[in-house]
Amino acid sequence: MSTVTGADLERPASEPPTRRISLSRRIKDNVATVLVSLAFLIAVVPLVWVLVTVVSRGAPALFSADWWGTSLSGILPEEYEGGVYHAIYGTLIQALIATVIAVPIGILAAIYLVEYGRGALARTTSFMVDILAGVPSIVAALFVFAAFISILGAPQSAFMVSLALVLLMLPVVIRNTEEMLRLVPDRLRESAYALGIPKWKTILRIVLPTAFSGTVTGVMLAIARIMGETAPVLVLVGYSRAINYDPFQGNMASLPLLMYSELSNPEAAGQYRIWGAALTLIIIIMIFQVGASLLSRFSAIPK
Amino acid sequence: MSERIEQRAPGSEGEEDPIVPSSSPVPESTPRRAPSSRRGESVFRFLASGSGVLVVAAIALIGLFLLIQAVPSLMANNANFFTSPEFSTGDANNLSFGIRDLFLVTVFSSVFALVLAMPVALGVALFLTNYAPKQLSRPFAYVVDLLAAVPSIIYGLWGILVLAPAIEPIARWLNTNLGWIFLFRTGNLPVLSGTIFTGGVVLAVMILPIITAVSREVFAQTPRFQIEAAKALGATRWEVIRMATLPYGRSGYIAGSMLGLGRALGETIAVLIVIRASTSPMTFSLFDGGYTFASLIASAASEFSQPLPTGAYISAGLVLFVLTFVVNALARVIAGGKVNG
Amino acid sequence: MRYQRRAAAIGLVAAGALLFSACGSDNAGGGGEQGGANAAACGGKQNLRASGSSAQANAMTRFVTAFEQACEGQTVAYTPSGSGAGRNEFLGGQTDFAGSDSALKDDEAQRAQQRCASPAWNLPMVFGPVAIAYNLAGVPDLALDGTAIARIFNGQITTWNDPAIAALNPGKQLPAAPIIVNFRSDESGTTENFQKYLVAASNGAYGKEAEQTFQGGVGAGARGSQGVADATRNTPNSITYVESSFATRAGLGVAQVVNSGGGQPVPLTAENVGNAINDVAVTGQGNDLELDLNSIYTTRTPNAYPIVLATYEIVCSNYQDDPTGQAVRGFLTTALSPEAQQGLPEAGYVPVPDRFKQRLTTAVNAIQ
Repeated sequence: MSTVTGADLERPASEPPTRRISLSRRIKDNVATVLVSLAFLIAVVPLVWVLVTVVSRGAPALFSADWWGTSLSGILPEEYEGGVYHAIYGTLIQALIATVIAVPIGILAAIYLVEYGRGALARTTSFMVDILAGVPSIVAALFVFAAFISILGAPQSAFMVSLALVLLMLPVVIRNTEEMLRLVPDRLRESAYALGIPKWKTILRIVLPTAFSGTVTGVMLAIARIMGETAPVLVLVGYSRAINYDPFQGNMASLPLLMYSELSNPEAAGQYRIWGAALTLIIIIMIFQVGASLLSRFSAIPK
Repeated sequence: MSERIEQRAPGSEGEEDPIVPSSSPVPESTPRRAPSSRRGESVFRFLASGSGVLVVAAIALIGLFLLIQAVPSLMANNANFFTSPEFSTGDANNLSFGIRDLFLVTVFSSVFALVLAMPVALGVALFLTNYAPKQLSRPFAYVVDLLAAVPSIIYGLWGILVLAPAIEPIARWLNTNLGWIFLFRTGNLPVLSGTIFTGGVVLAVMILPIITAVSREVFAQTPRFQIEAAKALGATRWEVIRMATLPYGRSGYIAGSMLGLGRALGETIAVLIVIRASTSPMTFSLFDGGYTFASLIASAASEFSQPLPTGAYISAGLVLFVLTFVVNALARVIAGGKVNG
Repeated sequence: MRYQRRAAAIGLVAAGALLFSACGSDNAGGGGEQGGANAAACGGKQNLRASGSSAQANAMTRFVTAFEQACEGQTVAYTPSGSGAGRNEFLGGQTDFAGSDSALKDDEAQRAQQRCASPAWNLPMVFGPVAIAYNLAGVPDLALDGTAIARIFNGQITTWNDPAIAALNPGKQLPAAPIIVNFRSDESGTTENFQKYLVAASNGAYGKEAEQTFQGGVGAGARGSQGVADATRNTPNSITYVESSFATRAGLGVAQVVNSGGGQPVPLTAENVGNAINDVAVTGQGNDLELDLNSIYTTRTPNAYPIVLATYEIVCSNYQDDPTGQAVRGFLTTALSPEAQQGLPEAGYVPVPDRFKQRLTTAVNAIQ
């Protein structure tokens, strides 16, 4: 024992007296190791299986010339032509609108919970954020349908989808922002107060910027979560095979909706588009996830 | 990572986080403060608390609007809402719908998924926190999180086209050899794929990441001194887990499982694609088919044109809302503030 | 500073997204041969809106494609939101016409009178045969009649070698395996029409209602046409009813059907379906071509295939807005043109047979 390296510290301290550990304890330990590693392998199997399925069936579509830049307008069901531009646009714009609405509300609610909230209201709010996190997407969609379409008479549109997505996004944004705000050292707040800076300015100028990148990470994870939602688009907007840039009017495609409606295409080209769209969707979601994890890696809060 | 743990661990006892004395040290009003500043303060405070109230209001409004839309249909319902297995809304003047089978199929598939996913998730969480080499732990965790990024419609297609044929032999074996147990006897479908069994396996895969993520986070928070103490007593790795990690993380693990259960209860498209419908009532077997609350609503979504039949589906949605509310509330109570959903 | 750099990065992403949104187009490279044959039918309102039956969605896609090629700058947006929604939106004035699996009911016809300030017409523009598709090893051709089909789908016939099936298939080796019925679990016009056929053609043997959901009380449901076709392909000894295109694509056997006239089993071909449609009885007045579908289901014409799904376009006979009327007329004229009709068999429909097409053309030309 001359020097102690990091690896030594990581090793269980029980190494030396191995021979004193009884056989049954060692067997139990080994069995546990095997079982736990096995569990991890079991978890990896479906992931690899799903990804291999999607990539092998979806890849051909992605390499066709029109896939990323055109819609399916004017393409017959059996033609291996056209692309999913209209659906990518729909997926992104619906997520974008939801983000624009959900992020300010979410950040403000998180500020409330961390900086201002006390008493019954804060406890209720915090509780309801957890409940909201558990609301199934189909229920969120039904709520928007009941409140806006059925009672207020609004037409189905991409904007309605965004409203439902807001409900799904809010808890993720709030929880992440909350966590980031709690990590901001109180030294920073106290120094600001000591300088006579009012609390709200402290929050806006000092606390929020410090927690900025963590918050952005949370937002990107939230976006990744909502982009794959199928239930709201099923209930709240019609499918269009052509590009519709207007989220407030008319039908608009999105990748999940395109997949769902191509299910009723008897042609082999339908399968080609379904899996192609699936792979496209996974790629887009992964871009956001990887972006989020890169951001969080390079943005530890300064101590 | 580590400073996060240190900061959070002490705060886990109660609702208020003592680490963040945010509001207490600041006097509510400082006499020297300029009036514009005070207005800014009150506007900002109003906006912040308003957003908090909005979240509470959102939940209340969801319940309220679903109720408003459901009541007329419930009044016009000819069947017993809670005990009838049928859900017939084809004739708007003669609605008869009940949630018995929806409830049973929803609960059976979700609980079965939970039974499958819980042990695996426990193993994965322990593997990531206690077994995997430190450098690999993070990428491995990312791999498991990736499972959550796959959209549910993809799980549905994969489930029915790829997974279902692959696990049918298992179902057949269970049905042949363990058919005397009510769970494995032949159900109300003439086939053994596309059953609650198949759906449950797909759901298990889908909820695995959330249970794992929550458990992993809590296990990683196990106080260092407990682990060191166990090691000092000469404990093996497994004994450290049993003496320190598990007792500390049990409530978090259960809470994570409840969150997974909530997710499974509300899963829509995958279930809609995978579990096949049946014409006869549920027989309490895993080889039954049918609709869950969510899949039934989604299957009828394109026919939401007349208020009364639509209201029938909304009433099913209301029950699902209440169900997930209860499950998530329980998760929160069990976790006691240790977990962020 | 890091803050600024990050803000810049986000700005870059946003700019990229904007750039992306500017570079897409509806025009793909392919799209088939150019039309222009019906230039005379063009003109009127540029963007027509319609919604309704999903059973005719794939035919609509073809009609719209043909229309867009024939008439530069004109388009039809068809939303397959379901027949009920389609009729409601038409009656509410949100759409210019509706696609529907069933004709307007009496009370709806009155509302249509108000919406159009003229009678509304039901025009059966799209016909799709429903196949009795099966997965049975060693039996490449199978013959069934209305009664046998009804008794299979209500659970009275449970094995493939049942005497009732054997009697229709002399000399074929039928296995003793149980019959597994796959049905559509979602509400659909296909299910409704199929059950109407069972009720009409089984001499009372079916004994169930003809609703949008399957009432037979046996079997396993699957979602959508693709769902039942996949299920039947994956389940040996199973049988289903599905639009013929799905049956062919899935490689399933398609039963020949003995129609109510008795006689030889009729294979499902475009010609045989056309034979049934040509003889259909019309119950509507004048140019309202509401059909008596029972006359198809119980057809006695030799070589007429009886299980046909008819879907309507529901239009105003005289639009209050002239350009709309002109555009609807132009669109439906294009839909009946050879360019639009020729691709229908690949999509699982049958072209409108000549004799019946004359009646449709007369009606379409009368739209104002």
